[in-house]
Amino acid sequence: MSGSILPTILFFLFASLACAGAVGVLLLQRIVYMAGALLVSLAGVAGLFFIAGADFVGLVQLMVYVGGTVVLLAFGVMLTARRSQPGWQVPAGQWAAGLAVGAVLLAVLLWSVLAVPPWRSVWPTVSAEGAPSGGVATVTTGSAYQQEAQPGTIGPLGWALLGVRTDRAIQQDSSQAPLDSSQAQANFSQAPPNRFQARPDSAQTVLDPSQEDARQTGRSGYLLPFEIISVHLVLVLIGAAFLARARIPFPSSPLPAVGEAGLTNGQAG
Amino acid sequence: MLHPVTLAHYLVVGAVLFSCGVLCMVLKRNALGVLMGVELALNGANINWVALSSPALRADPAWSLGLDGQLMALFVIVLAAGEAAVALAIALNYYRLYLSVDVDQASQLKG
Amino acid sequence: MLSWFLQFGFPDWLAYGAAGLVKAILVLVLVLFVPMLALWMERKIAGRIQDRLGPTRTGGRFGWLQSPADGIKLLMKEDIIPAAADPLLFRLAPYLSFCAAFCVFVVLPVADGWAPAGWDSALFFFLAVAGLEVFGVILAGYASGSKWSLFGAMREAAQVVSYEVPLGLCVLVPVVVVGSLDLQEIGRMQEGWFTGWLIFHDPFVFLIFWIYAACAMAGLNRAPFDLPEAESELVAGFATEYSGFRWAVFFMAEYAAMFAWSGLGAILFFGGWNGPVPVASWLGLVSANGPVAGFLGNLLGMVNFLIKGFLGVTVMIWARWTLPRLRIDQVIAMCWKYCVPLATLMLVGVVLWQGMTLEWCSAPPADAAQEPSSIPSQWPGRSAGSGKAAPAAMWRFAGRLCADLQVMENKEEIVP
Repeated sequence: MSGSILPTILFFLFASLACAGAVGVLLLQRIVYMAGALLVSLAGVAGLFFIAGADFVGLVQLMVYVGGTVVLLAFGVMLTARRSQPGWQVPAGQWAAGLAVGAVLLAVLLWSVLAVPPWRSVWPTVSAEGAPSGGVATVTTGSAYQQEAQPGTIGPLGWALLGVRTDRAIQQDSSQAPLDSSQAQANFSQAPPNRFQARPDSAQTVLDPSQEDARQTGRSGYLLPFEIISVHLVLVLIGAAFLARARIPFPSSPLPAVGEAGLTNGQAG
Repeated sequence: MLHPVTLAHYLVVGAVLFSCGVLCMVLKRNALGVLMGVELALNGANINWVALSSPALRADPAWSLGLDGQLMALFVIVLAAGEAAVALAIALNYYRLYLSVDVDQASQLKG
Repeated sequence: MLSWFLQFGFPDWLAYGAAGLVKAILVLVLVLFVPMLALWMERKIAGRIQDRLGPTRTGGRFGWLQSPADGIKLLMKEDIIPAAADPLLFRLAPYLSFCAAFCVFVVLPVADGWAPAGWDSALFFFLAVAGLEVFGVILAGYASGSKWSLFGAMREAAQVVSYEVPLGLCVLVPVVVVGSLDLQEIGRMQEGWFTGWLIFHDPFVFLIFWIYAACAMAGLNRAPFDLPEAESELVAGFATEYSGFRWAVFFMAEYAAMFAWSGLGAILFFGGWNGPVPVASWLGLVSANGPVAGFLGNLLGMVNFLIKGFLGVTVMIWARWTLPRLRIDQVIAMCWKYCVPLATLMLVGVVLWQGMTLEWCSAPPADAAQEPSSIPSQWPGRSAGSGKAAPAAMWRFAGRLCADLQVMENKEEIVP
C-alpha cells in the first residue's frame, strides 16, 4: 500500500494527451489541424506541470502558450491560408529519412533517460537503501503527491524573481548548523502565531557568520535575468510591431516586382 | 496497482515531444508548421526542467533542482512567446511579399 | 466535500472523482442557470430601453419562460453544416468555447469557501482559462468556410488578445492592495461594511475599476465593442454559419463569460459575497457559530454574489442597447493607446500608494543593531492573520531586505 493511484491515472491521461498532440502535429497535413493538435499537446503539458507540483509554471503555460502563442499561430494560419497548396507535399523519401532519423533520436533519448536507475524509482525505496545524502524525512507515504500542505510556488517564485531565494535559505540554514538543527527546524517549520512579528532569537542569528552566508546565498536570485527578460520582451514587442506593420509604398519608386521586393523591403524595414 | 510516476515517466514524455518537434522542424514546409515544431521541442525541454525540479519525483528530494528548474521553465516559456511573435511577424512579412509561407521558396539569399 | 467522501473509506481516486463530479454538476447548474436569466434580462431591458415591453406572454406576465422557449426553439432547428465548412472543427468549436467559459467558474468563489477549487493562484487561473475561449471562436470562424466568419474570427483574435493585456494590468491593482492571488482571500479581505470594499480603498483602485469594466466588455465582445459579430458589416461574424444547438452553445458561453467577468469584478472591487452591510455577522450567521449558521451565512453570501454578478450583467446589457458600435481601429486604438497606459499608470500609482501608507516604509529607520526588529508588522497589504502559513524564512528575509533598504536610505540621507 503505497499511496494513491490518482496521480498515476492523471499522469497517464495528460501524458497521452501531450504525446498524441505532438504526434498529431507531426503527422497531420492541414495546418489548422496541426494548430488544434498543438493546443491539445500544450494543454496536456500544462496538466503534467500541475501534477509535478509546479502550479505557477503550469498556469503560465496555459496563459502564455495555450492562450497566447497558439492563438497567435492560429491567427497567422488564418492570415496566410489561401487555399490548399498541392505542391507542398513533402516527398515520401524525405518522410522516410526524417522518420528514421527521428526514431534514432528518440531511441537515444529514451536510452539515456532509462539508463539512470534513480530516475526510475520513487524515492523511499532508494533512501531505504541508503541514499548518499539521506534526504529530509518528511514524506512518509510512497506517493509524494499526497503532501497535504504542499505550498503554492507563486510566493517563492516571486521572491526568487525579486532576488530573494527563500527556499535555498531554508536549506542553507538547516544544513550549515548541524548542532542546532532541531532548533533551526523548529524555527523554520513553525510559523509564529503572527508571522509578521519579530522572533526573539533573530537578533543573534544575524550576527552568526553561517547565517550571513545563508543570507548571501538566499539573495542569489534571478533579479538580473528577470530584468533582462523584461527589456527583451519590450524589444520583441517593438520589433514585432515594426516587422508586421503595414507596408508603406515608396514615394520614389513604383511597387517593386515580386522578385525584387525582398531586397528593397528588407532595407526599408 | 499501477507503478507510481517517476522521473523517467516525465523524461520519456519530454523525449517524445522533443523528437516530434525536431521532426516537425525538419519535415514541414509551411513556416508556421516549423514554428509549431519549435514550440513542441521547447515544451519537451520544459517538461524536463519541471520534472527535474519536482522534489516528489526524485529519488532523493535534495537532488531536485527546486525552484531553479521552475524558473528556467518560466524563462523558456516567456522567451518562446517572444520568439513566436517575432517569427510570426517575419512569416507574415514573407507572405506579404511572396503570397506563400513555404520555407523552401525562401532561397533568395542562397549564394 | 472531499473529506466527507474520504471518511467512508473509499479509495481516494474514487473520492476525488465523486467530489469532483458533484462540484462539476453544481457548477454546471450555475452555468446553465446564468444564461437563462441573463437572456431574459437582456430581452426585457432591451425592450424597456427601446420603449417597448419585451416578452410579455411566454409563461406568464413577465415572459418568464422566454429563455426556455428560446432554447426549445433552437433545439428544434435544423442542424446545418455548410458544404464549405470543415465538419470536424465546425462541430468542435462551440464546445471548446463553452468548456473555457465553464472552467472559469471552477475558481470563482460564490461564498466564503464555496469555490470548487480554492487555489492560491485562482485569479491567474481565471485569466489563463478565460483567454482560451477565443480559440473556439477562431476555429469557428476558420472552419465555417465563409469570409464573414473569417473576418469575424480575425477581429475576435486581434481584439481579445489585445484586451488581455490591459485586463491583466487592471486585475493586478487590487492584487497589489491585497497581496494575494487567491480569490477567496481577496473576498475575505473585504468583510464588514461596504467602506471596506477594495474600490473604496484608494483612488487608483477606484479609477482602475472603470478601465476594468470597459476592458472586460471589450474582451467579451459585448457592444459597443462587438466587432466580431457586427451585423451591419459582417452578417453575424464568426457565428454566421451557425444555427440551432451549436449557436445556442456559443451564446451560453458568451453569457456565462459575461457573468464570470462581472463576478470577478464583484470579488476584486465590490466585496465579493460580502453585502454592503454586515447583516450576516449581526445575525450570527458565521461559521464560528456552528455549521448550520455557517451554511446560512454562505447562502446569504451566495445571494449577495449573484446579485452583484447580475448587476454587472445588467450594466453590460444597458451599455449594449445604449451606445453605438465603434470601428475596429477605434477599438484596438482604445486598447493600446489609452487602456494600457492608463492601467500601467494606475498600477504604478497603487504601488506607490501602498508603499507610502505601509508603516514599514514610513517608520523611522532602525539602527543596525536592531535591524531584525524592523520586520514589517503589516506586510504585504492587510493580509495579517490569514490562514496560510507562509514559510517563516521568507518573511524573515523580506524583513531583512526592507531593513537593509531602510539602512541604505538612511545612509544616503546622512552622507550628502
